[in-house]
Amino acid sequence: MTETIAVKADRLYKAFGRRPHELVKKLTAGASRDEVSSLGTAAVIDASFEVHRGEIFVVMGLSGSGKSTLIRMLNGLLDATSGTVTVAGQSITGISAAALREVRRKNISMVFQHFALLPHRTVIDNVAYGLEVQGMGREERLAKARTIIRLVGLDGWADSLPSELSGGMQQRVGLGRALAADTDVLLMDEAFSALDPLIRREMQEQLIELQAALGKTIIFITHDLNEAMFLGDRIAVMRDGRIVQIGTPEEILTDPANDYVAQFVQDVDRARVLTAASVMEPVRSVVTITGGPRAALRTMRDLQTSATFVLNRDRSFAGVVRDRDVLGQVKAGETDLRAIVRTDVISVSPDTALVDLVEPSVGSDLSIAVVDEKNRLLGVIPRVTLLAALGNVSTNTGDLPVIEPPATISINVITETLRDTALEGADL
Amino acid sequence: MNDFRLPLGTLVEGFIDYVTATFGFFFDFIRVIFDGAYEFVDLLLVTPPFWVIVLLAAGLGLAVRGWKFMIGTILGLLVIVGVDQWENAMDTLALVLVASLLAIAFSVPLGILAAKSTVASGIIRPVLDFMQTMPAFVYLIPALILFRVGVVPGIVATIIFAMAPGVRLTELGIRGVDQEVVEAGAAFGASPWRILRQIQLPLAMPTIMAGINQVIMLSLSMVVIAGMVGAGGLGAQVVASLNRIDISLGFEAGLAVVILAIFLDRLTAALGTGDTPLGRIMMARKRRAQQALAA
Repeated sequence: MTETIAVKADRLYKAFGRRPHELVKKLTAGASRDEVSSLGTAAVIDASFEVHRGEIFVVMGLSGSGKSTLIRMLNGLLDATSGTVTVAGQSITGISAAALREVRRKNISMVFQHFALLPHRTVIDNVAYGLEVQGMGREERLAKARTIIRLVGLDGWADSLPSELSGGMQQRVGLGRALAADTDVLLMDEAFSALDPLIRREMQEQLIELQAALGKTIIFITHDLNEAMFLGDRIAVMRDGRIVQIGTPEEILTDPANDYVAQFVQDVDRARVLTAASVMEPVRSVVTITGGPRAALRTMRDLQTSATFVLNRDRSFAGVVRDRDVLGQVKAGETDLRAIVRTDVISVSPDTALVDLVEPSVGSDLSIAVVDEKNRLLGVIPRVTLLAALGNVSTNTGDLPVIEPPATISINVITETLRDTALEGADL
Repeated sequence: MNDFRLPLGTLVEGFIDYVTATFGFFFDFIRVIFDGAYEFVDLLLVTPPFWVIVLLAAGLGLAVRGWKFMIGTILGLLVIVGVDQWENAMDTLALVLVASLLAIAFSVPLGILAAKSTVASGIIRPVLDFMQTMPAFVYLIPALILFRVGVVPGIVATIIFAMAPGVRLTELGIRGVDQEVVEAGAAFGASPWRILRQIQLPLAMPTIMAGINQVIMLSLSMVVIAGMVGAGGLGAQVVASLNRIDISLGFEAGLAVVILAIFLDRLTAALGTGDTPLGRIMMARKRRAQQALAA
C-alpha cells in the first residue's frame, strides 16, 4: 500500500524559540502565526503531503516561507516539533540518531544551495563521499563515482578540487554526490538558485533527463516559480509556514487556490507551463473526407469560416480544405475532397508547450490542430486562443467571439452556389 | 569596620596547602612525566653537534617555506652559535616544544568541546580569561610549591599561560566552518565523529594552526619567566644578566630568543596556510597517481 509513496509528511509543525511545544499547541488550537510570535517563530505549520515514487515534487515559496525548514525535516536534519515524517515506509520521527543515519545513507540524500562540497577533497572523492560513509571500499566507490561523473558530464575533472570549477560544475558535483549515494529520494534545497540563468536552465533540463533515466523521487525546493513549473510534476505552494495549495503546475496556474497563489502565478512564463491540451478548443468545423465538397461548404457557411478540418474515415486527421477550393470543386461538379485537401496545416501533440506553438502559428492563419499519437484530431488552437492564453486574458477562452479564420467568400455566394448546383449534385 | 578584609588570598593558600598535602603523589607523578619528557627532548637537541640541528632546521625550512627561509634559518642559528648560546637555546627550545605540545594537547580538545556545546563554551571562556590575564608570575608560586624548583613549574606555568589562544581559536575555527558543509555530512549519514574528523577539523585547520602558532609564541615569551624558577636555558641567562646588569649577555640571550621566535613563528604560520612547497609536490604527485589510475 505504501509502495508508491516515497515520502509522507503528516501534520508537520516546526517552531523555533524557547517554548516550541507550547507554541505548536496554541497553533493547533487555532491561534494565528502572529498571535504566537511572542513565544517564538513558527517556521512550518501543519504541513501534510505525500510524494509518490518517481515524482518530482516541488515546494515553492518566497524566502521565509518555511520551505528550507520543511525539507530539513524530511531527512531529520531538523526535528519536527510535532507531526511525523515517513520515508520509504519507515517513520523517522523520534528514532535514534544511529537509525536516522542509516535512513540517510540508504534512502534519502540531499543537494545544497551553495553546493556544500568538501573543499579539501577532489571531485571524485566528493562524489564518492556518500559511498564512503556507507562503508564501501575505496576501489569500488571510486569506480562507481567515475561512472556518475560521466553521467553528470564532468569527464576529465575527477581529480580537480571544487575551487577549480565553475558554479554550474560544482553543483554537478553536488548532484553527482547525491546520485552516487544511490538513494531513492533526492532532496534539493534551492539547488540551482545560486547559478546563472543560462546554466540554471541547462541544469534543470539535465535534471529532468536524469530523473527520466534513473526514476528517482525528487523533492525540489525553489523560490522561482518558473523553475517550479518547469520541473514539478506537482507543486506545493508555501506561504508563512503553511502549504496553501498542492497541485500540478497547470492546476496551480489555471485554478489558483487563493489570491496569493493567483498573484504569484501572474508573472509566470505561461508559455512554458501550459500545454496544447490545456488551451485547445473543441473542433467545430470538421467534415469527413467522404462527405464531399457540398457538405464542407455548408459547414463553412454555417460557421462563417474559410476553412474546415477534414478527417479520414477512421477519424484520423487528413488536413484542411479552404473555402475557395471547395467552391471551385462544387462549381465544377467534382465530388472528391481528397483532391483539394491541404496537408500544410500544423499539427502538434497535446503535451507540446505553448512556447513551441508561437512560431508556427505566426506563419499560418489556420488554427493549429492537436492530434494524439494515433493522429486523431483532439482539438484545435486558433491563434486568438493562443494569444489569450499567453497573455493571461482569461483562462476560459470559450466565449471569445472570433475563433476561426473569417470567411473570405460572402455567405450569399456560397448559398447561391449550393442552390445552383443542388439539382446536379442531388445531395441536398 | 576598617578591619574587614576579604580573606580570598588566605583561602587560596589554604586550598593549595590542602592540595599539596593530599595529592602530593599525583603532582610528583606529573613532575616525573614532564621532567622525563623535557630531558628526552633536550637530550635529542643537545647531543648531536650543532650543525646537525642547523641542517635539520634548514631542511624543515626548505620543505615548509622555500629556500629564502632556509638561508634565513641557517644564518639565524649560526648567530646563536656565534654568541655561544647554542646549548641554552636548545634547552629553551626543548622547554618550548614540550610545553607547547602539552598545551596543544589540552587546548585543541577543549576547543572542540567548547565548539560543540554552548554550556561548555560558557564555562571555559571565563576560565580562559582568568588564565590569560592573571600575571604569569603568580602561577609560578603554587607551581613552585607543587613541583619544586626546576623545569617542571616552568612548563606548567607556560602551559597555563599559553593554552588560551589554542582553545579560543579552535572553537572559533570549528564554529566558523560553513554550516551547509556540516549539514551535507549529516545528510549523507556521517556520524558526528566522522564529521569532526573529515569536515570540521580539516576546514578549521587554518584557524587552529593560527591558534597553535600563538600557543608557541606565548610559550616562548614565558620561558624567560620560567628561568626565574630554575628552568635554565636562555631564560636563566636573561635573569642572570638582569641580576648582574650585564648588558652584553642580556642582549645576546635576548637576541637568541628572538631568532628562535621568528623561526618557530614562520614555520608554524606556513603550516597553517597549508600552502607549503612540500605540500605542493605531494599534491602534484598524488594527482599524477590518480590520473594514472584512471587512465
